[in-house]
Amino acid sequence: MEASRTAAHQHQFDSAAQQYEASALGMWVFLVTEIMFFGGILTAYVVYRSLYPESFAHVSNHLSLPLGAFNTVVLIGSSLTMALAVHAGQLGRRLQIVVFLALTMLLGSVFLGIKAYEYHHKFVEGLVPGPLFTYEGADRGPAQMFMCLYFGLTGIHALHMVIGVGVLAVILAMAWRGRFSAAYSTPVEMSGLYWHFVDVVWIFLFPLLYLLGRTT
Amino acid sequence: MNEQTPRIHYLNVNYGVRSWLLTKDHKRIGLLYLAVISLMFVIGGVFALLVRLELLTPGPDLVTADNYNKLFTMHGIVMVFFFLIPSIPAVLGNFLLPIMIGARDLAFPRLNLLSWYVFMLGAAFTIYAMLTGGVDTGWTFYTPFSTTASNTNVIATALGIFINGFSSILTGLNFIVTVHKMRAPGMTWFRLPLFVWAHYATSLIMVLGTPVLAITIVLVALDRAFHFGFFDPAYGGDPVLFQHLFWFYSHPAVYIMILPAMGVISELIGCFSRKRIYGYTFIAGSSIAIALLGFLVWGHHMFISSQSIYASLIFSFLSFAVAIPSAVKVFNWTATLYKGSVSFRAPMLYALGFIGLFTIGGLTGLFLASIGVDVHVTDTYFVVAHFHYIMVGGAIMAYLGGLHYWWPKISGKLYPEAWARVAAVILFVGFNLTFFPQFVLGYIGMPRRYHVYPEEFQVLNVMSTAGASILGMGYLLPLLYLVWSLRYGSPATANPWGAFGLEWQTSSPPPPDNFDHAPRVEHEAYAYERLSLEEVKVGS
Repeated sequence: MEASRTAAHQHQFDSAAQQYEASALGMWVFLVTEIMFFGGILTAYVVYRSLYPESFAHVSNHLSLPLGAFNTVVLIGSSLTMALAVHAGQLGRRLQIVVFLALTMLLGSVFLGIKAYEYHHKFVEGLVPGPLFTYEGADRGPAQMFMCLYFGLTGIHALHMVIGVGVLAVILAMAWRGRFSAAYSTPVEMSGLYWHFVDVVWIFLFPLLYLLGRTT
Repeated sequence: MNEQTPRIHYLNVNYGVRSWLLTKDHKRIGLLYLAVISLMFVIGGVFALLVRLELLTPGPDLVTADNYNKLFTMHGIVMVFFFLIPSIPAVLGNFLLPIMIGARDLAFPRLNLLSWYVFMLGAAFTIYAMLTGGVDTGWTFYTPFSTTASNTNVIATALGIFINGFSSILTGLNFIVTVHKMRAPGMTWFRLPLFVWAHYATSLIMVLGTPVLAITIVLVALDRAFHFGFFDPAYGGDPVLFQHLFWFYSHPAVYIMILPAMGVISELIGCFSRKRIYGYTFIAGSSIAIALLGFLVWGHHMFISSQSIYASLIFSFLSFAVAIPSAVKVFNWTATLYKGSVSFRAPMLYALGFIGLFTIGGLTGLFLASIGVDVHVTDTYFVVAHFHYIMVGGAIMAYLGGLHYWWPKISGKLYPEAWARVAAVILFVGFNLTFFPQFVLGYIGMPRRYHVYPEEFQVLNVMSTAGASILGMGYLLPLLYLVWSLRYGSPATANPWGAFGLEWQTSSPPPPDNFDHAPRVEHEAYAYERLSLEEVKVGS
């Protein structure tokens, strides 16, 4: 604990402050690349939504509003616990970091579990695009496109959640071993930025997929 | 500094395969990249050779139509994604950027090493795809052919490019953070070498563009592997959307290749004219302008792809607009030569070659940005000639010029000057003989991507193939004498060119931490007329 209080920095940096600034900027640049990554598929969403507004509104009724809404609450809750973990990190409170990170991972896993249940349900309903798609209707093509976008968007988001839970597990192990202190908790803060970003993506996905044009 | 005593530098600080494969030194990682992209260049070159051999005669002599499709596809993929995009940034940029700003390393040395391993993994996937039958979609992977029709290794190749993209993103991210946060005291933004400005602009494109290619490849893979329908008209999907997404990255990708090349040329022109580079601020600003405007011109690839004529008009206008900052650079380089004391050392020959070839490539780009002309020459050899003038005549000439210029710094050895000049001239002649006839071929109507052609096109095709063999020899020469110089070249001093940049003020090769004393910068790198070499020596 005492050693880490001196806030050592890597040899390419002149000071711990410079190292912190570089890490923060690096993380923000990384998040910009993430925005562009999601931006590509969101562009596809915008194009197809504007081509087939009625079909998209119609098919969105097949998504479960209660589950989607519950998951939204779960994720916002996980953002709160993540923010508390970052706060605990800045104060150097080891036990609090561990507890809040564990809670964040738990909420993230709840989200993923519900998502898996939703996927299973779509599978049973025959709403998975491809050969298993059994939806019958005049707008079968656009309906399948909506489900392509649903699985594409939520699938990539879920993948980011899985990576996030994995990252938090590593950070939690580091916290448990007392690697962080009031002087140095950069990894907690940076993984927090990532976690919040993934939450914000969901805040966009939920209305775009579940709410927009819904009739029930 | 005593050159006689054995000195610890980055090459002799430790030995063995482990010390290289686990290195976090940006200079060694640059050399790791140099080794692998040289290999990829040879592979891509062999594909090009086979393409040119097939086109020696009008008939189908050497390969079948299917194999020809695979050859030009794999030539394009290897050269674009595994040679040109990493070439200058990952080799010269990696090596020089931290030294030029007076830093000990990039901000994230481990990420830098990771980027090389990611690159290797991507290359391995792509080579696997080639060895198990290749791919025939063209390097552009147009849908729906790539998603539904082609029965070649699309997914393995696409995965290779997807993985490779992350190495590009990591490099760009590292450069951006390094330029912002790692500059030595006194190294203000407007004292940055133009090479650094160019790499900063390039990094912006890498970071903003590459993720869009990544998600596009994911969508293609979902379509192909799981029969999703993002680009399948049967599901209401739009194949042209793929083209939009693809070119949103792949047009700016051209600037990933040419911007660092322009950075190299700015350094060479200044040094070998012994003059302050003319219009420093404009050259620096034009790099940023090209990076940003470059994102707004992708639609000029789609003038005949059902794009609305109004969109085409705007894309045409913006494509003309992006020519302005490019022209600013060419004019400023030329103005720098005016009344300079120009010396025609080998790197300068490459630089002058670059200016000529880039100007031709750039101006023919304006032909293609004009909607009326483009309709006439779309998918002809005119387009092929145009982009080879930019990518080969531009980017590779600058890469080789830069490699020669910094070779003493990198290796600690001088290359053989006479051979290097011969190679530069051979390359210039061979290049023009290869690609100028293709402008004519395209203009009189020879389409690209066919292995047979009418007999009246043969004379020009023979010229092109003859030029390609000269060009091939031109590329072989530096490979041989640069490797030769590693062992037999005479030792280089710290500053063989008498150049003013920070990288020339540390020993050749540099010590592991780049400088013996942390530098304090008081001048820009181009004060050739104003100050003497002694006066620019940095304090510490």
